[in-house]
Amino acid sequence: MPTLPAEFADLEPFAGWALPSESDRYAKRLASSMQDLQTFYDAAFPRLESGTEYLKGVGLDGISDEDRHLLWLFSSLITVSFPVEVWRQPRVPDSGVAALDAVVEPAV
Amino acid sequence: MAHFTKPAEGSWTKHFNLDTQPVSYEDSISPEHYELERDAIFRRTWLNVGRVEQLPRNGSYFTKELDVARTSVLIVRDMSGEVRAFHNMCRHRGNKLVWNDYPREETSGACRQFTCKYHGWRYGLEGELTFVQQESEFFDLDKADFGLVPVKAGVWAGFIFVNLDDHAAPLRDYMGRLGAGIEDYPFHKMTQVHRYRAEVGSNWKLFIDAFMEFYHAPVLHAKQATGEESRKLQGFGYEALSYDIDGPHAVVSSWGGMAPPKDLNMVKPIERVLRSGLFGVWDAPDIGELPKGLNPAGHPAWGEDSFLFFPNFMVLIWKPNWYLTYHYWPTGPNTHIFEGTLCFVPPTNAFERLQQELAVVTFKEYSLQDGNTLEATQSMIESRAVTEFPLCDQEVMLRHLHKTARDRVAAHQQHQPAGPVPVTASS
Repeated sequence: MPTLPAEFADLEPFAGWALPSESDRYAKRLASSMQDLQTFYDAAFPRLESGTEYLKGVGLDGISDEDRHLLWLFSSLITVSFPVEVWRQPRVPDSGVAALDAVVEPAV
Repeated sequence: MAHFTKPAEGSWTKHFNLDTQPVSYEDSISPEHYELERDAIFRRTWLNVGRVEQLPRNGSYFTKELDVARTSVLIVRDMSGEVRAFHNMCRHRGNKLVWNDYPREETSGACRQFTCKYHGWRYGLEGELTFVQQESEFFDLDKADFGLVPVKAGVWAGFIFVNLDDHAAPLRDYMGRLGAGIEDYPFHKMTQVHRYRAEVGSNWKLFIDAFMEFYHAPVLHAKQATGEESRKLQGFGYEALSYDIDGPHAVVSSWGGMAPPKDLNMVKPIERVLRSGLFGVWDAPDIGELPKGLNPAGHPAWGEDSFLFFPNFMVLIWKPNWYLTYHYWPTGPNTHIFEGTLCFVPPTNAFERLQQELAVVTFKEYSLQDGNTLEATQSMIESRAVTEFPLCDQEVMLRHLHKTARDRVAAHQQHQPAGPVPVTASS
């Protein structure tokens, strides 16, 4: 299980959201209930707000494993913000079987 | 009431000498017409297949499947640094030359020579045949006569194009006035690339239609803005700042105002925190002076220009200094592969990386809405229950696209022996 920087230890229960690719994060969103998404969002969103300055101090060259996991976890927050803030359901409404797959993605 | 000035003729459609009658979409459902488009358009037009960054050093190569043009091409940077293209085909018995595991999947890499998997024939990076297995078994075989078949290749602003017509006009001429207006944009600085791919159940032109008008945006994407803002946007509707056409190419210039928004209550909480959204990261990187071809109306509210380089390459340049490309690769009359590629100046810290991630994921959410709507459209126009459709002035570029495609087919037909009859504008 990924470990987060000490400053963000309160988010350890959500470390399962520290996933390296957008496809993985989107798949986990679709496989989650709205309640799970809301719980994660409610815990992580205030920490993104308060963690902005911390994140600005994290360079991407030679990033530590802990900071990498934190970046992945906040990337998942972005992925779940759409169901929580807009859709009220995990899937994009009316998107049916439409799929859009990430085929090139910069590694972190 | 018009919020932005229209041309003296009273409409963009009349300004560009396009008719204002309802339009037939037979060209998007007829299998016969699709077959004609393959030869009339895709086998004789410059097609963008990638960027120079995909060929970082001499010997770098990638393949591109061009099902619509009935071939696969191999693009390589040769030992002198020149970009070359070949039909991806061994001269011995026609095996596909470069592929891994799955013959129909694209691949890339770096090498000093290409070796056919079948009988081991080898080719240099300039296409020359260098080795034949058991050469003495062949009959008067001169290796000089059996090099890879070249495909015309060209580079414009770092974008690599191929053209299957050996007699095609030079690429830069083809890109025309609209291309010249943006060729100095610093595309080369935006090497942070996210690409998405989708198999879409519609004719290729229908997805271009969706991206060359924003008349749909306040309605289809209503929920992506906050409630009050969304109602306001629907009330205004959509009007472009300006449209322009040069030959087969077109551009729609749009207002922005959302990066950053005038009022933070207009946007979602995640956008407020990350200072980013559909229009890009609000804190734009410094990329120097912009080329003159952007914001052609010179409007202070300018936000984005969408260029369509016929037939299937779109470049969207956004005010916050990033760009997006769309490609539509037909695979049948009512199917195509869509690629959306988002390109940013590389982020310097974790926060900037998250700002870009929000722009990328927002693009995905919108595109999923767009893509599914297309399948709903394709299936109904195929019913032919209705055959002609009224297009408004904000859909002027759709008229131009379909007319251009039909005209190319008709012109090609005139030079061909009698064959299937192309569909016409009126059904």
